[in-house]
Amino acid sequence: MENEAGALSRVAGLFSARGYNIESLSVAPTEDPTLSRMTLVTVGSDDVIEQVTKQLNKLIEVVKVIDLNDGSHIEREMMLIKVRAVGENRSEIKRLADIFRGNIIDVTDKSFTIELTGTRSKLDAFFDAIDKSDILETVRTGASGVGRGEWVLKA
Amino acid sequence: MSVEITGAEITVRCLQEEGVSCIFGYPGGAVLFLYDELFKQDKVKHILVRHEQAAVHAADGYARSSKNVGVALVTSGPGVTNAVTGIATAYMDSIPLVVISGQVPTAAIGLDAFQEVDTVGITRPCVKHNFLVKDISELAVTIKKAFYIASTGRPGPVLVDIPKDITQQKFKFSYPKKVSMRSYNPVVKGHVRQIKKAAELIVSAKRPVFYTGGGVILSNTSEQLTELVRLLDFPCTNSLMGLGGYPATDKRFVGMLGMHGTYEANMAMQYCDVLIAIGARFDDRVIGNPKHFSNENRKIIHIDVDPSSISKRVKVDVPIVGSVGDVLTELVSLLKADKEKPDQTALQEWWKQIDLWRARDCLKYDKDGAIIKPQMVIEKLYDITNGDAFVTSDVGQHQMWAAQFYKFDKPRRWINSGGLGTMGFGLPSAMGAQLANPKARVACVTGEASIQMCIQELSTCKQYNLPLKIINLNNRYMGMVRQWQEFFHGNRYSESYMNALPDFIKLAESYGHVGMKIEKPEDIEGALKEAFELKDQLVFMDFITDQTENVFPMVPGGKGLSEMILV
Repeated sequence: MENEAGALSRVAGLFSARGYNIESLSVAPTEDPTLSRMTLVTVGSDDVIEQVTKQLNKLIEVVKVIDLNDGSHIEREMMLIKVRAVGENRSEIKRLADIFRGNIIDVTDKSFTIELTGTRSKLDAFFDAIDKSDILETVRTGASGVGRGEWVLKA
Repeated sequence: MSVEITGAEITVRCLQEEGVSCIFGYPGGAVLFLYDELFKQDKVKHILVRHEQAAVHAADGYARSSKNVGVALVTSGPGVTNAVTGIATAYMDSIPLVVISGQVPTAAIGLDAFQEVDTVGITRPCVKHNFLVKDISELAVTIKKAFYIASTGRPGPVLVDIPKDITQQKFKFSYPKKVSMRSYNPVVKGHVRQIKKAAELIVSAKRPVFYTGGGVILSNTSEQLTELVRLLDFPCTNSLMGLGGYPATDKRFVGMLGMHGTYEANMAMQYCDVLIAIGARFDDRVIGNPKHFSNENRKIIHIDVDPSSISKRVKVDVPIVGSVGDVLTELVSLLKADKEKPDQTALQEWWKQIDLWRARDCLKYDKDGAIIKPQMVIEKLYDITNGDAFVTSDVGQHQMWAAQFYKFDKPRRWINSGGLGTMGFGLPSAMGAQLANPKARVACVTGEASIQMCIQELSTCKQYNLPLKIINLNNRYMGMVRQWQEFFHGNRYSESYMNALPDFIKLAESYGHVGMKIEKPEDIEGALKEAFELKDQLVFMDFITDQTENVFPMVPGGKGLSEMILV
């Protein structure tokens, strides 16, 4: 979509006005500074997804819409998770972060902040693996997706 | 290097370049420079309304009754919030408008300045697109884009919000001849293979029906539609927005369909085997309960410029996205070349069935009583104007009677708020229609409740000598509300009685117009004749009508098309 003020609110407004859900949404400018790329995750029947796609295409600032599920694609989401890390727990959390190929990017005497990248289900799995009461704070970016191989979305 | 001119002058020059000859508006602080520029020129005529809602409705009526983009100019804050109803009305009916709104100076935006609102935010869900001009260098191209977006593809209102300081700054003026936008390329040509498929399906039809909507009016394609329908000798029904798209006096026309459509139109819709929908959107007032509609097996061809209108409420078999005109022309030439013709015996059987439905005479009403029946007023209005007037309406029972009983043979003659259902639309839209068609006869069919929602415009009508004929069907009730309360709420007429009505005759006279009160059926014709003979004057005709009259047929909410309540 056009990298213009207000474009994002048009998309968000469309979803709330028509009663569609936004599971997650991530957006940032591309290598072409006049364009932003948004990855939006939503759920709905085929008919609903068809309507969502058509309605998005109608927005003047939206250049192109693809449904990544129409083909093979890759998606990644990043999460920063701050956990309580004291005593024996410190090595346990370090090990868990390693298993999930996370990086510990901030350390204090009481906490670790782990950077974790993967699919949504991988990030969710990390929640299941860790003692919830140790979690101090979580922030997730929402999924970013791209088609595999030759499948390219260009304006 | 050309001379630099102010943003206000640029704006007015843009309107001139677009060939805009008439705009509707109301001045205020944020648009003072714009009004100053309007004052200095005479190419763009400004009509001063009495409320911003009316400015937009008038621009809307202007657009609907001509083929032009309507233009309204309002100030910031309350100016624009008043305009929102008008903008939403135009949006729901896909009417091309450009609304220019003043905004507080750029430096004051976001600081809760006097008469500041987030105009772009407030109007976002009810415009096709909107702009906030933040840099004077973008002013002219933004206005060009606004006209382009408003009038192409599926039309709609576009708002341009201009901060006051932008109208004061100076910049060189050049108006782009055309604009192209990578993110906006409306489809014109329909897919050839899809059109072929449609033609095959049409030829195979045994019980076909055409269902056409506002898209035919907006795309100025009623001639192509008429040619196609006559070529095939298929029945044709119009939605409320589509009336006039096919000549109502033609025998192939089965009347309006939908909640208050004719028995024959609704039955034909329900029991056809091939449905050809053109520039229409199967909305809830048209097909009733979509589940019930899908109970019958039929193939649907749907031609529309807006892909999101297709398969939204009803699953379609042959979707064709494209401008209605192009697709119809293509379809007509395909069908003319085709050696195969639809099965004529089956078609005759189908017409026989339709004639049986017609024989129910679903629009009959009692013509012998001593009290004026509202339907009779519309029938007489039709007779006296030879079916050739521009008729605007407000919203409610009178709107439905006008749609049922005034037989529109030409497009753009029937002007009403179909989608949003905006009471108060009738009078200002009639002003717009009269200004766009100065010599034409313009009637506003209204009721005593609706008319009071924009009654202040009687003053505007006086100022510009607009000789409208206001047909007030006065039953002392919000008639449609009363009807629903009678049918579905146990006759509890909660807040629907119009108490303390003004004396409309005196009211009209106080604005400098002519007022007439008509109480007997035998006086209807004479009064209408007299009114239309007063060519230079607005006549407010207060018809005292039967309080208990209801609109029939009626498909109750949630019911199917074949489940009509008949008289």
